[in-house]
Amino acid sequence: MKMRVYLDNAATTKTAPEVVEAMQPYFTEKYGNASSIHSFGEEAKEALENAREQIAKYINAEPEEIIFTSGGTESDNLAIKGTAYALKNKGKHIITSKFEHHAVLETCQALEKEGFEVTYIGISKDGFVDIDSLKSAIRNDTILVTIMHANNEIGTIQDIEKIGAICREKGIVFHTDAIQSLGKIPVDAKKMHLDLASFSAHKLHGPKGIGALYIRKKDKIKKLFYGGVQEFNLRPGTENVSGAVGFAKAIELMSEKDAQNMKELQEYLIDELLQIPEACLNGSREKRLCNNVNISFSHIEGESVLLGLNDKGVAVSTGSACTSQKLEPSHVLIAMGVKPEDAHGSVRFSLSKYNTKEEIDYTINAVKAVVENLRKISPLGK
Amino acid sequence: MYSEKVLKHFKKPHNVGKIEDADGIGKVGNRACGDVMKLYIKVEDNKIVDIKFETMGCAAAISSSDMLCEMAKGKTIEEALKITKDDLIKELEGLPPVKIHCSVLAVDALHEAIKEYKLKHKK
Repeated sequence: MKMRVYLDNAATTKTAPEVVEAMQPYFTEKYGNASSIHSFGEEAKEALENAREQIAKYINAEPEEIIFTSGGTESDNLAIKGTAYALKNKGKHIITSKFEHHAVLETCQALEKEGFEVTYIGISKDGFVDIDSLKSAIRNDTILVTIMHANNEIGTIQDIEKIGAICREKGIVFHTDAIQSLGKIPVDAKKMHLDLASFSAHKLHGPKGIGALYIRKKDKIKKLFYGGVQEFNLRPGTENVSGAVGFAKAIELMSEKDAQNMKELQEYLIDELLQIPEACLNGSREKRLCNNVNISFSHIEGESVLLGLNDKGVAVSTGSACTSQKLEPSHVLIAMGVKPEDAHGSVRFSLSKYNTKEEIDYTINAVKAVVENLRKISPLGK
Repeated sequence: MYSEKVLKHFKKPHNVGKIEDADGIGKVGNRACGDVMKLYIKVEDNKIVDIKFETMGCAAAISSSDMLCEMAKGKTIEEALKITKDDLIKELEGLPPVKIHCSVLAVDALHEAIKEYKLKHKK
């Protein structure tokens, strides 16, 4: 029997029904503008501030250190550009890594065109930022270090606490993109010595169109938009109250038990898929998010696997060049030293708490059939 | 993203395989760039009587290979050489712009196979 299985939760997740329910009143009843001082505005403001407080508490921060944005991309842009513009008189050097999300990489590249200098730190073959290289890349004019918490393609978890400590000691602003990790592993702003951290709601069963940026010191960041004075005058625009409420509810629903269940399904999926000949796991198996499985199948191409699986009702993604407009394979896998031909055959399966053992069993069989079929068509490996 | 026709040929290609005593084999592409195509032709009385392919690549590459085989089968060498990427794309009911190179690759593979056939049968 054909099933429909969603295993692309690193791209986006199903909005939890509880989240939708929590948001509902803020569309049709409590629809006031949170900046208005009448009662409609006040009830919206109260909901917004409660949401802010909840999110702050979850990452061990203060409410006034959280600002709402439209999502992960905006948070990354504001963190990086905002810091660069605020501190440009202090220095022009930024450090990041080669396997950041494009929202970080492209922002850094845009700043390079404006005269900033960026060092891109290399990645080990199991998917970790080389901390020694990072240390030696620090210069007197380094103003910002931005390193992601968990990678979106391979799920490897960086030692953010250590990197944060290095930056704090040198007095360099440290930003982490924690968009994939929030809700799956602890994010602690104080313990990790964070100055800035980006979050997005729709990766954890919250709504799309809302994100947050943790900002420890607001005097070290310059706003990118102009208009009103919302969000501590750092992010003008009418507040997305329903989104903020949904984001907070999504966080409230995250549980260690769900993470543990995902981990079990993940282990099972990895074990079973590695039974397929010439299949290998990309990225460390140990220091990895509980929902990410990224596997390269030799002699075939990822887009074909994706479409073959889609035909069987299973949704995944690939690091193959064939799905990118630039026809270049995944920059993450290439940065790790994966050979281009193996990067082309990479497939990412990302789980959520809603996946069941039955779905994973169905997926395993589907992958085996699709891979076998494509290898029959392929001239390679025979 | 893909037309129904492309998906049909991707899901159920009819011309996959090898021809052991092929008169010409065309191999194009490379693993690093993503697509590798191998096209086998059997020629009798200047006519392509059998044609098969093996392709490592995306749905566009696989369906282009399969469609090209269908178009070239039964044609004379001269007729087969006239098949262009645009003919192929038309038969596939379109390809996304970024995938046009896949159709070029298929046409190239056929040309390579015919080149080899001509070399072998030069008198």
